[in-house]
Amino acid sequence: MTEIAVVRRPTPLPKPRGPLGERVFAALVEGRPVPERPAIVDEEDAAITLWTLYEMSYRGFAEVDDDREWDPSAVRLRGELERDLEARLRSRWPGRPAYDGGPAAFPDAFFAEIEAHEGPSLARFVHTEATADQVLELLQLRSIYHLKESDPVAWVVPRLPVAPRASLMELQYDEYGTGRPEHLHARLFADGMAALGLDPTEGAYIDQAPLVVLEQNNTMSLFGLHRRLRGAALGHLAAFEATSSLPSRRMAQGLERLGLAEEMQAYYREHVEADAVHEQLAVRTICGGLLAVEPELEDDVWFGAFSCLDLEDRLASYLLDRWGAA
Amino acid sequence: MSARDAGSARGAGGATAGSSESPDVVVCPGGPLLLRGDHVVQDEDGSAHRTTRPVSAVCRCGKSATKPWCDGTHKVIPEKLRP
Repeated sequence: MTEIAVVRRPTPLPKPRGPLGERVFAALVEGRPVPERPAIVDEEDAAITLWTLYEMSYRGFAEVDDDREWDPSAVRLRGELERDLEARLRSRWPGRPAYDGGPAAFPDAFFAEIEAHEGPSLARFVHTEATADQVLELLQLRSIYHLKESDPVAWVVPRLPVAPRASLMELQYDEYGTGRPEHLHARLFADGMAALGLDPTEGAYIDQAPLVVLEQNNTMSLFGLHRRLRGAALGHLAAFEATSSLPSRRMAQGLERLGLAEEMQAYYREHVEADAVHEQLAVRTICGGLLAVEPELEDDVWFGAFSCLDLEDRLASYLLDRWGAA
Repeated sequence: MSARDAGSARGAGGATAGSSESPDVVVCPGGPLLLRGDHVVQDEDGSAHRTTRPVSAVCRCGKSATKPWCDGTHKVIPEKLRP
């Protein structure tokens, strides 16, 4: 087995995508307070800036003092950019589906809603049609999240009532390799990337991530880092897990069709079986357990789930369109 | 007493309805059987499979490609064929 030093070490700052990022990154490097959010800011400029501010909570940047994670000016700007992101996500949400029975009816209603959801599928395209170059491009974009897989929702653990806290840890224990570093899901993905000749360093491909990938990642950090949004974080988790098992099999089969790295096939095969368990836990014991104690969070759970599905649809549309496959 | 001992003691004494203890085996409507903890599952051919996860999902629809484990296939078969 290839030995990869998966070290959580500082990486270089990403390239700014506009005047806000330029000023913020320069201020971070030079140890000056970061500016406030300007009245008008380009979405992509805002997204890479927010991603960078979030990333300081996961790991640092080589050029930036670790203290800046909690710098009041950085926290203020983060809050301003987060409010914009949350407002945008909420403006896209049509509201939760109507069903009778309250929290007890949630699991069945949730699985039914996932089943009824029709979206473009990257996994289906990878399974039957994608070229090797297209798959490598997709994996580079997926790496922004998969190299810190499960980390955003780990922030939520101490904010939950007892039953869903225990349930989330049961799921997370599996995600984090049940005590075996070589089984940690982020590590399996890093192994797969290295076997494909890709750079398994966190954030290595951030400069080519389009707006929607930045939004996907920022959304998970937004939900994970705010106790107020714990319901949305768990709804997002449930939707993610409930749309992973079957697509992961398609991904594994597509990689096999193209003769691409066995290690990356293994990553996806692991997710066929793991997520068949995780979707049940996430929907029934984690979200269901949360709503049994905090039924007022039901809307937030659905909002988080919708945001997960909607952002994935947006990424799929973007890539399939770019590849002329839409 | 470990959680597992507590489980056996409860089994011997008989679980009471509404017990606050979490179950070791959970039947998911229309989906798999969840097994919490370390178990050996014997499949239809008599082969033994040891669980490898904190919780495992055992196929109940009969259509999984990774039997005895669930692979989510129950979601794509007609509803009347689901367990």
